[in-house]
Amino acid sequence: MSELINKEVGEKGCCEIIEINALNKWYGDFHALKDIDLKVKEGEIIVVCGPSGSGKSTLIRCVNFLEKFQEGSIVVDGTELTDDVKKIRRVRSEVSMVFQHFNLFPHLNIIDNLTLAPIWVHNETKQAARDKALQLLDRVDIKDQAKKYPNQLSGGKQQRVAIARALCTSPKIMLFDEPTSALDPEMISEVLDVMVELAKEGITMICVTHEMGFAKKVADRIIFMDEGQIIEENEPESFFKNPESDRLKLFLDQILSQ
Amino acid sequence: MPIYPLKETRQSPQSQTKAFSWLKDNLFSSLSNAALTFIALYLIYLILPPILDWMIFDANFDLTADNDSCGREGACWAFIDSNLKMFIYGFYPQEELWRVNTMFGIIIGLVVFGSLIKKSQYRAHYIIGAFLIYPIVAFVLLHGGLGLEVVETDKWGGLTLTVVVAAIGIVASFPLGILFALGRQSKMRVVRFISVVYIEFVRGVPLITILFMASVVLPLFFSAGMDFDKLLRALIGITLFQTAYIAEVIRGGLQAIPKGQYEAADAAGLSFMKKTVLVILPQALKVSIPNIVGSFIALFKDTTLVLIIGLFDMLAIVGAATSNSSWLGRDTEGYVFVAMVIWVILYSMSLYSKKLETRFSTEHK
Ligand SMILES: Nc1ncnc2c1ncn2[C@@H]1O[C@H](COP(=O)(O)OP(=O)(O)OP(=O)(O)O)[C@@H](O)[C@H]1O
Ligand SMILES: [Mg+2]
Repeated sequence: MSELINKEVGEKGCCEIIEINALNKWYGDFHALKDIDLKVKEGEIIVVCGPSGSGKSTLIRCVNFLEKFQEGSIVVDGTELTDDVKKIRRVRSEVSMVFQHFNLFPHLNIIDNLTLAPIWVHNETKQAARDKALQLLDRVDIKDQAKKYPNQLSGGKQQRVAIARALCTSPKIMLFDEPTSALDPEMISEVLDVMVELAKEGITMICVTHEMGFAKKVADRIIFMDEGQIIEENEPESFFKNPESDRLKLFLDQILSQ
Repeated sequence: MPIYPLKETRQSPQSQTKAFSWLKDNLFSSLSNAALTFIALYLIYLILPPILDWMIFDANFDLTADNDSCGREGACWAFIDSNLKMFIYGFYPQEELWRVNTMFGIIIGLVVFGSLIKKSQYRAHYIIGAFLIYPIVAFVLLHGGLGLEVVETDKWGGLTLTVVVAAIGIVASFPLGILFALGRQSKMRVVRFISVVYIEFVRGVPLITILFMASVVLPLFFSAGMDFDKLLRALIGITLFQTAYIAEVIRGGLQAIPKGQYEAADAAGLSFMKKTVLVILPQALKVSIPNIVGSFIALFKDTTLVLIIGLFDMLAIVGAATSNSSWLGRDTEGYVFVAMVIWVILYSMSLYSKKLETRFSTEHK
């Protein structure tokens, strides 16, 4: 516990790497994100939680422009997200995403899944991409499966491959959208372990998850969303000990009693 | 707490009387099934013997026989034998037949070589190279030029013509079909509109109409003096037709791809082109293989319609051969033979597609 308390937002990098200002997003008439302001420092680990439909996925999907937004601004590492395809691609080449349902490419084997973006987006040589991919697979402990196809692996392994794939482009920022929710219970920890390791290495992470143990362990800040708004944010200690809003209290009651 | 010992594995009782149980399961599983079996057997009894009599038992296999000495109670296979060249090459000049053979020989060689280097990293280069170069080689061989005597397309015919028309239709319509399938999904209104109109128009019109249109309307676009090759007209018509069907088949495949695949590709920063070529199309084509092959088989059958605009494909050759006074009245032999040849080709195609399917589904779903 002590190491957690020592962790201070201040000791993370100097600069804001993600700046979200007055972000509003509608799906048709439905107001999905309301006046979101969020600044993330380099190296910071943010956990986003909240009830289903509260806009968590929508928020992080705005960061790599998988979702368009109507109002407000998002600046990622100095690049403001607009309709400009070049800027979008620049941001996407620095931001990697891990999805709830892995979304590995089923027609490619594991190694080709990993090397696709390095070769075709980052213009790396095949050999360099392969070497790096093998290293990363080793790190997530599935080096021996490099020649297999995604559907031949268990869910937990597929998600670890997906994390390795996301890391293969050396991103500055990692987005996780409920990476463990689609997994069988016995496989959750193998994925969380990998994420904890990652968090220790100083990469910037925004992670939508309901794994409160994970949040306690690694988060610098936890953000609670409801109905498209950020209701409360705090560092983990106070977040769990002294929730202020009733909604968060209710939410924590429900989620921690499980 | 009770503990149960492991049980011995035993043979299934069914495996002992295999033939009998197969009969029982497949042909006589119920009263109605048994009735159907007997009806089917009766129909076979009615149909098969006369056919076999005509084709084999009453047939004349003496290949030196002529039309009169052959007899009329059974098939006269001498007719096929003495017209075989015409069935295969149409009216292609005798001395130049080696060119057709060479063309077929090269493609067989290419395919065999391609299957030998399955594991090679240069296989993709090889396939693309072959696709680009072979058509030119084949055209020069068939048509002439570069020192070879020119053989006009109205001399082409028979199986050669059937295969050439089908192959060109297939090869040309495939990339076009992909473009229209993507066009129909495009976010750009105009592109989508054009694709939809084209696909729906062509699919609403029979091939015969399109062939007539191609042979009558297309020349209007060219100056009167210019002779617009009949075969080329047919090829354009067939390609236009097949493109629409392939586009629809591939669109079906595109729709089968989960949204997450697009998102993963987008999130990785792939451009639209790279996303389409590297992630989306390979998956879409894979799911569409059975339907693509089905569509090609349909096209292969439809190519026989080119006889309507005056090309001598294999079917039309039957008419030409039996109008020759020495083989009057042997149409049946001709049509049965053509049917058998086409069946063998189409059945091999469908077997190949089954093989492809199982290969893909076992390798990687
Ligand atoms: N493409 C869409 N079109 C219309 N409405 C959408 C779309 N995507 C999301 N929504 C709506 O926006 C709201 C926020 O969705 P979002 O997926 O961000 O929620 P979430 O917090 O991630 O929930 P969950 O925990 O279920 O993943 C939901 O009410 C959802 O119904
Ligand atoms: Mg979500």
